[in-house]
Amino acid sequence: MGHAQIVPGSSNDGSVAEKAASGPDSCFGWSEAGQWNPVAAAWARLRPSGPGCGHLNPVAAAWARLRPPERCPAYHPIVLEAAATPESLIHARGLTKRFGAFTAVDGVDFDVAPGEAFGFLGPNGAGKTSTMRMIGTVSPVTAGTLTVFGLNPKRDGPKIRARLGVVPQADTLDPELSVLENLLVYGRYFDLSWGEARRRALELLDFVQLTERSNDKVEPLSGGMKRRLVIARALINEPSLLLLDEPTTGLDPQARHLLWDRLYRLKQRGVTLCLTTHYMDEAEQLCDRLVVMDQARIVAEGSPRQLIERYVSREVLELRFRRDDGEADDDAHIAGRLDGLAERVEQLPDRVLVYTPDGEAVAATAYERGLRPTSVLVRRSTLEDVFLRLTGRSLVE
Amino acid sequence: MAASTVWQLRPWAGASRRSVRILEHDLLVFRRGWYSYMLSGLAQPFLYLVAMGIGLGLYVNRNGGLPGGVPYLNYIAPALLVTQAMMAAAFESAWPIMAKIMWDKTYLAALNTPLGAMDLLVGDLMWIAFRATLLAALFLAAIVLLGAASSPMVVLAVPVAVLTAIAFAAPIMAFTATQQGDGGFNALFRFGITPLFLFSGTFFPIEKLPLFLQPLAWLTPLYHGVAVARSLSLGQIEPVAGLVHIGALVAFAVAGVVAGRITFRRRLEV
Amino acid sequence: MTVLGVSRSFALTRPVRLVERNLLVYRRSFMVIFSGFFEPLFYLFSMGFGVGALIGNVPLDDGRSVPYAVFVAPALLASSAMNGAIYETSNNFFYKLKYAKLYDAIISTPMSLADVAMGEILWALLRGSLYAIGFLAVIGVAGLAGLGLISSPLGLLAFPAAMVVGFGFAGAGMAATTFVRRWQDFDFLQLAIMPMFLFSGTFYPIAAYPAGLQLIIQATPLYRGVHLIRALTTGTPDGLLVLDLVYLIAMGLIGLAITSRRLQKLLLA
Repeated sequence: MGHAQIVPGSSNDGSVAEKAASGPDSCFGWSEAGQWNPVAAAWARLRPSGPGCGHLNPVAAAWARLRPPERCPAYHPIVLEAAATPESLIHARGLTKRFGAFTAVDGVDFDVAPGEAFGFLGPNGAGKTSTMRMIGTVSPVTAGTLTVFGLNPKRDGPKIRARLGVVPQADTLDPELSVLENLLVYGRYFDLSWGEARRRALELLDFVQLTERSNDKVEPLSGGMKRRLVIARALINEPSLLLLDEPTTGLDPQARHLLWDRLYRLKQRGVTLCLTTHYMDEAEQLCDRLVVMDQARIVAEGSPRQLIERYVSREVLELRFRRDDGEADDDAHIAGRLDGLAERVEQLPDRVLVYTPDGEAVAATAYERGLRPTSVLVRRSTLEDVFLRLTGRSLVE
Repeated sequence: MAASTVWQLRPWAGASRRSVRILEHDLLVFRRGWYSYMLSGLAQPFLYLVAMGIGLGLYVNRNGGLPGGVPYLNYIAPALLVTQAMMAAAFESAWPIMAKIMWDKTYLAALNTPLGAMDLLVGDLMWIAFRATLLAALFLAAIVLLGAASSPMVVLAVPVAVLTAIAFAAPIMAFTATQQGDGGFNALFRFGITPLFLFSGTFFPIEKLPLFLQPLAWLTPLYHGVAVARSLSLGQIEPVAGLVHIGALVAFAVAGVVAGRITFRRRLEV
Repeated sequence: MTVLGVSRSFALTRPVRLVERNLLVYRRSFMVIFSGFFEPLFYLFSMGFGVGALIGNVPLDDGRSVPYAVFVAPALLASSAMNGAIYETSNNFFYKLKYAKLYDAIISTPMSLADVAMGEILWALLRGSLYAIGFLAVIGVAGLAGLGLISSPLGLLAFPAAMVVGFGFAGAGMAATTFVRRWQDFDFLQLAIMPMFLFSGTFYPIAAYPAGLQLIIQATPLYRGVHLIRALTTGTPDGLLVLDLVYLIAMGLIGLAITSRRLQKLLLA
């Protein structure tokens, strides 16, 4: 800014550039003591105990959802009227987004059905956010067709947004307002009366466990709290479809799990979730169905389990070898010994991955063949394996 | 803090030669965009002198003008020079200092080095003095080009303007260090700086003010700075009055630095 | 809350939501708004009475001679309306647009960007109206004290006229701000505002200038605003009032249209 100008009315205004000092963070409360948490419960109950699977397996939670309801009392899907109609909430064919010469989204097809949790999984720059912004009607479609709630984003933007909840990648909270006021003002943008906005805001603050911070400014909140507030804000209009762009990026584990729990509850209430993520565990936790995006295109589509079955084996055997001694443990030697034992073997600088339906058996055979790895780990395949298979290991920026 | 350390003879006590590092830092930042600063520093005096001194002066002079037949342009030119330096110094010691303390926190980074709180205060005071010198010199150029001075002594109005700038900057910096946001600056400028600009004898003699307001003008550093600069520019030197005015300015500056030592240390050395 | 009693069907319903948001923000910093009220008054007393004592009377356009305070008061009202509108739509608007990212969140609601632009202009006008009312009230009281700063019943129209001035500059200022990339760019805006403030017949009649320069000055928006309000408070209305009104309203509307389009480009990529 230049030096002071001698002009009336131009004195700097107190409100501008107002930045609150970061206050102490309140203790991150896990949910109310003793209250039952469906995700955690599913984890506890379904944690596999088979050989080689003693550690916590994130696939288990995904399985929990795939099991039929009678075996899974925690899961009571609420069948909504909307769910009865076969129409997609989101319908995209040949959907394309170009910025000048750069193609961010290149002719993708997908449908999101009412009540499901649908995910876009992909590395940075794959086109996830551009797709979400088009669905949210804040970015014009370059080519192809897109309907949301059966409406055209170009013509019916306000109508679509009225029924949509959006959790953008950046928090975009209003720094000049308190936590509660952020929700009230946002509710007003959806034409709620002050009374109704207040009623819903208080309820939502309770839902995201921020009641105690209602009158605080937004700035001193932790990353997880801000994220929860953004989710509460996105719910103020009671949307039937919630768009979440990387909802848990940058959060600590406690904050992520609390968020997952809240999203799971929303899904149980019949809210359709559509989210992007580059966290495999998050996709496995939350999504019924997902598409993997890479370089502006969809490269795979299915449920987490389908994708694992289709692109990788059931288990992965990880072998590490000592590299510094004189023995001939070179790559060719190891590969030779493992030959024919597995569907696929991948050699990495620090370890060898063996994709196989039965890791224990392969490990035993390898030992018989004279391989002496310094460590052996058998684990279930995860979406991460699928993801790396499909999008490669090189860094995408 | 012990009273003895506060009331030392050297008001800058506690500052070291390292305070120059702060000045260097500011100069480094200033390298980007100095030209636009200089340009507006030159344009503003011209616009004000032409509009108020010549344009408005036409009507003042036509009406019989000022006592002593001083042209209005010559009357307001040295006052505007001092006022401009004061406004810039007041601004510089408010928002940018707040940014260094609280928003960008560059002071906190500096305090992790051998620099101390007094080095920051003195260093940035030097910086503000430097900027005031630049502005005053540019204003002087405009005055000379427009023939708005009656005496070559007008050159001495530049150091007077710089002293006035420090007399404002030091107390305001001390005030800034006590603030938790920029809300207070709003009141400071609206009820402090702007009225000073308008009522400290810049545009009209304070004798035109209601009688009860006149002593108030004497209490402000701007009035003293304007009075000395004007007497220099008009070539009407009154040695005793001049020394009293200069003494008043120095007193404001010293009081500001002493107050700043307390508030800066309280804020930053904790 | 229905501010200004706007009904739901009226097109201003959504813009008013943004005004409500700003009211919530300033509820906590009422002093910021309240203190702005004093600035034009300080100018009025300094210029009108301090400098006025040196000047005596000045001629109006119709040849009538009036005390300097009568001459300068309407110009200060117009300048204050301009500065208030510009300040709100430059610094404050830029902060909300680029730093607070306020509108990035709003675009996901049924609010349109035209609603956003109109809302911020309404807010600037609401704020400006407080200052205008305060200023006119002081002038009115001064009038009761026999100073007669308003010499015509038309002076009552100075209030809506100040709003028109504010609307024109708010629209133009907001449009300009959508092209700003960093704070320093506002120096260019000041480069346009300050000369206008000094030379638009604000502090003395433009008869002081050569004829060619007078024509240029008459084409500036602030001159039109000063002319408009001065004609009303001094009771010297002429046909040019229509030009003043059309000029300022058109400037506001064009600014509003440019702002909406630019915001589309900035926020809806």
